Amino acid sequence: MTITPDSPSVLTALDRPNSYIGRSVPRPNLRRLTEGRGSYVSDTVLPRMLHVVFVRSPHAHARIRAIDTLAASKAPGVVAAFVGADLTEVMSPWVGVLTHLKGLKSAPQYPLAMERACWQGEAVCAIVARTRALAEDAAALVDVDYEELPAVADAETALDPQTPVIHPELGDNLTFERRVNAGDPDQGMRDAAEIVEATFVFGRHTGVCNEARAIVADWNAAEQRLTVYQGTQAPHMMQNLFAKHLGIAEQQVRVITKDVGGSFGVKVHAYADEMATVAIAKLLRRPVKFVADRLESFLTDIHARDHRVHGKIGVKKDGTITVFEIDDLTGIGPYSVYPRTSGIEANQVVNLTGSWYRCPNYRALARVVFQNKNVMCQYRAVGHPIATAVTEGLVDLAAARIGMDPVEIRRRNLIPDDGYPATAPSGIKFEKLSQEAALQKIVTMMRYDDLRAEQERLRKQGVYRGIGMTTFVEVTNPSPTFYGIGGARISAQDGVTMRLDGAGTVFCHTGVSEQGQGTEAVIAQVAASAFGVPISSVRVIMGDTDNTPYGGGTWASRAAGIAGEAAWQAGKALRANVLALAATILQAQPQSLDLRDGIVVDAASSRERMGLDEIARIAHFRPDTLPPGFQPELVATRHYVPRAWPFAFTNGVQASYLEVDVDTGFVKLLRHWCVEDCGTIINPLLVDEQVRGGIVQGIGAALYEHCVYDERGQLLNGNMADYLVPMASEMPDMDIGHVVTPTADSELGAKGAGEAGTAGAPGAVMNAINDALRPLGAKTLTEMPFTPGLILRAIGRI
Amino acid sequence: MKPAAFAYARARSVEHAISLLGEHQGDARLLAGGQSLIATLNMRLSSPSLLVDINRLPDLGAISVTAGIVEFGALVRHVQAEQSETVARYAPLIARAMPHIAHPAIRNRGTIGGSIAFADPAAELPACIVALGGELEIAGPHGRRSVSAEAFFKGMFETELGPHDLLTAIRVPAADAKTRAGFAELARRHGDYALTGLAACARATAGGLSDVHLAYFGVGTMPVRARNAEAALDAGDIENAVRAIATDLDPAGDLHASAELKSHLAGVLLRRVFRQLSEQPT
Repeated sequence: MTITPDSPSVLTALDRPNSYIGRSVPRPNLRRLTEGRGSYVSDTVLPRMLHVVFVRSPHAHARIRAIDTLAASKAPGVVAAFVGADLTEVMSPWVGVLTHLKGLKSAPQYPLAMERACWQGEAVCAIVARTRALAEDAAALVDVDYEELPAVADAETALDPQTPVIHPELGDNLTFERRVNAGDPDQGMRDAAEIVEATFVFGRHTGVCNEARAIVADWNAAEQRLTVYQGTQAPHMMQNLFAKHLGIAEQQVRVITKDVGGSFGVKVHAYADEMATVAIAKLLRRPVKFVADRLESFLTDIHARDHRVHGKIGVKKDGTITVFEIDDLTGIGPYSVYPRTSGIEANQVVNLTGSWYRCPNYRALARVVFQNKNVMCQYRAVGHPIATAVTEGLVDLAAARIGMDPVEIRRRNLIPDDGYPATAPSGIKFEKLSQEAALQKIVTMMRYDDLRAEQERLRKQGVYRGIGMTTFVEVTNPSPTFYGIGGARISAQDGVTMRLDGAGTVFCHTGVSEQGQGTEAVIAQVAASAFGVPISSVRVIMGDTDNTPYGGGTWASRAAGIAGEAAWQAGKALRANVLALAATILQAQPQSLDLRDGIVVDAASSRERMGLDEIARIAHFRPDTLPPGFQPELVATRHYVPRAWPFAFTNGVQASYLEVDVDTGFVKLLRHWCVEDCGTIINPLLVDEQVRGGIVQGIGAALYEHCVYDERGQLLNGNMADYLVPMASEMPDMDIGHVVTPTADSELGAKGAGEAGTAGAPGAVMNAINDALRPLGAKTLTEMPFTPGLILRAIGRI
Repeated sequence: MKPAAFAYARARSVEHAISLLGEHQGDARLLAGGQSLIATLNMRLSSPSLLVDINRLPDLGAISVTAGIVEFGALVRHVQAEQSETVARYAPLIARAMPHIAHPAIRNRGTIGGSIAFADPAAELPACIVALGGELEIAGPHGRRSVSAEAFFKGMFETELGPHDLLTAIRVPAADAKTRAGFAELARRHGDYALTGLAACARATAGGLSDVHLAYFGVGTMPVRARNAEAALDAGDIENAVRAIATDLDPAGDLHASAELKSHLAGVLLRRVFRQLSEQPT
């Protein structure tokens, strides 16, 4: 793979003499993880620990007439069996709504199904035994008497009067609806020389984590305290939820998150089986472990996407886009997921569609409906792949209709780089984007004109290659606008505490969490740079609600931009403290000194004055030698939350080059490019790998991944053989480039980079396939994933 | 995802393995490479009372050529066949198929005999053996017997092997200078079971091909010979052969491909494999 050199950044305060910012520093956890010395929840073993397994509904919708656990209770090794009602004495139900998503409604959800099971895979009974194997043996003996009920499977008919209402008390199956009417869409339609429309379908898929969801809950009755070991993205959020629904105080709950084997948004929600595990631990007063197996993961880890979008675009002959219109329908399963809700994805689709273009006329409708399938919620790049593919699919169709090059139509309509700040028709605000620069850069990187010539030449030989492009924006660094204002207790701010120890080493505690993406490295880089020590002297502590500043965790591409800024400020503060101490010892002015690479130097001449280890020694062991009244402060904490903008939007452009085998309908990905702008790049290697990994997940959506349900709400391919995750053999080389536009909202200037790849890739692949097949007069392909059967049908070969 | 409890016994000899199978009266399973069995145990799709581990049986792990016959011991690992000069020279069809079978980690453990005995209708090796007109040696309570590959496969995961039988050897005719082999499959991802696949062999003649054998996989409950297409290729008519596929095959659709798609791809594969058969081996 080629790494395109980053744009040279301007020298700023970040360019301290021993700065690690902008360097591809290897992550501190690399050796530990690659040598198999990681510590995951599955590795956690506590004295007297029990294992819980769940009996799950085989039906999409069924009344539970009776559950007979007698035989299971008597099976070898079994300690207890629980049904829904047994857990209500210790745990209250929850409802996944947020007040800022007006009208969003959902029904109370319990740790175990009460009188009804509402999706295939919903836990209805829990068996607790000495080992997982014994618990599974016993679970097979549980006899559940179900009365199967009609299942609401199809989102299209979920709102029809003859369709059963899943939660009768809610009145209908509509979870949430949002409309936008901005500018003058009707005038936009009238101004258009051409109006192009298409229906885009995004298959349901899921985030397949290497490590399944896992939790160990331990209620210590003597302490009246719950310790939960959990692979989660948001330890403090989970602390709050466990406390709230157990009816205990937050300080009675400690959540410990050690290594996490990937999360992608899957591990940032309250799952009924995990809540049940916690309730059972409290009831039994013993540690209880639950590790989802792969089959359970497919049935219960949140699913995502599953949108059907009718889209329209109006365009003038000169390429000016006059209007965007969308009608989005999405099915989210029987409950809005707690606490972030399942309304966010559709809301994002409405917010984002067309937003990076100049066109002021926009009409949108989004409807979110209940159905009897697994729950759906926020997975990597929430809403972005849909908004991007719809927007960019429409733009490509419009370009084809008026005979304009896809790059040219984008050039003519993107908000110009000097046109910021800008507000999109949906109301979202952009501080500063670099769409024009990014587009120009990718055109150069991919040798666009040469590729077009090659494509033309090969077509004459019966080889059908396509070039597809997407421009896009990405929501990062969320302010309280995302969840806090809607009433969810999910911290928008994050803090970093830096502590100087006796040997001159630094402990750096933060509320964000490591999921395998390299946050630990990024925080260490920033902290080391700001404070002025070698990165090897910094140890980052995360994932422990008892021992880290209260914070939000890892989601919405926020860790580097938010906790990174907190680390920057904490490092500066601790440096000021240390220099004040050094100045006292050296009888110098603090401002004449600096801390560089672990040594206090004269700022002007870089002459070494004394080592940090010596300063730490004096501060900790011989403070008696300091002047009376001088108290060294050896810990500094700083917090940060974005204030100036609701989100730090990033932008980017992707391009896919691929070949369609018109005999087989198979797609061969030849190359993929991405130019993105995440502001200040702290670690180029980690950013590029985030982008590449994100692209792979986006390609998965475009070509492979699909949770296939039948009309009775049964998942047909919930296993690793039939659910196709993208694999290395099929992935193209990916070239990543950057434009750097730091956010002025923080000194560090970093925005997020975690989701850009996933946002742009599906649309790029879609556009490339349609570009490849255009000379064959193919029907436009807009239904993901694009399987060989769909492609062959589009060109009339089957 | 833990298997139900089972007993384990390590067989000392073929006869010992057969007697262990007999003692458990059909409730025992042979453990060879374990690449399919262990997954089904973990998912509790099967729960035998006993696993008879045959991995250390002597004499089942060799590849040999004698008197125009290539013999694979049932415990030959895929990787062994993949890397064997003998297989490349004398069983070129199997050599061509090998890289398509799953992934290296699976090929390291999985055995040739296990793949054939399991008889997955989408697996490569059963089709290769059928195309080659191979022969399977079976040891049972009443001694050893041989059956032709076509008689061996009886249906979906069903073979001539009885509950107390053990597949011991696979024999195929050794290739000579006039032997031609062709193999192609279409899988969504490399290493997946194919949507459709074709294993083929033929004899080169002065004007074309004779004795064309075409065995499709992934299109039925077991490997399917396309006899009308074979006759058309014997006559040198690829267009007729592709048309004949419609009568030779009657695939059922599955999760990954409709019947229509499978039929179409079978025709595409036939053209590709025909080109391979028509080329002089290098």
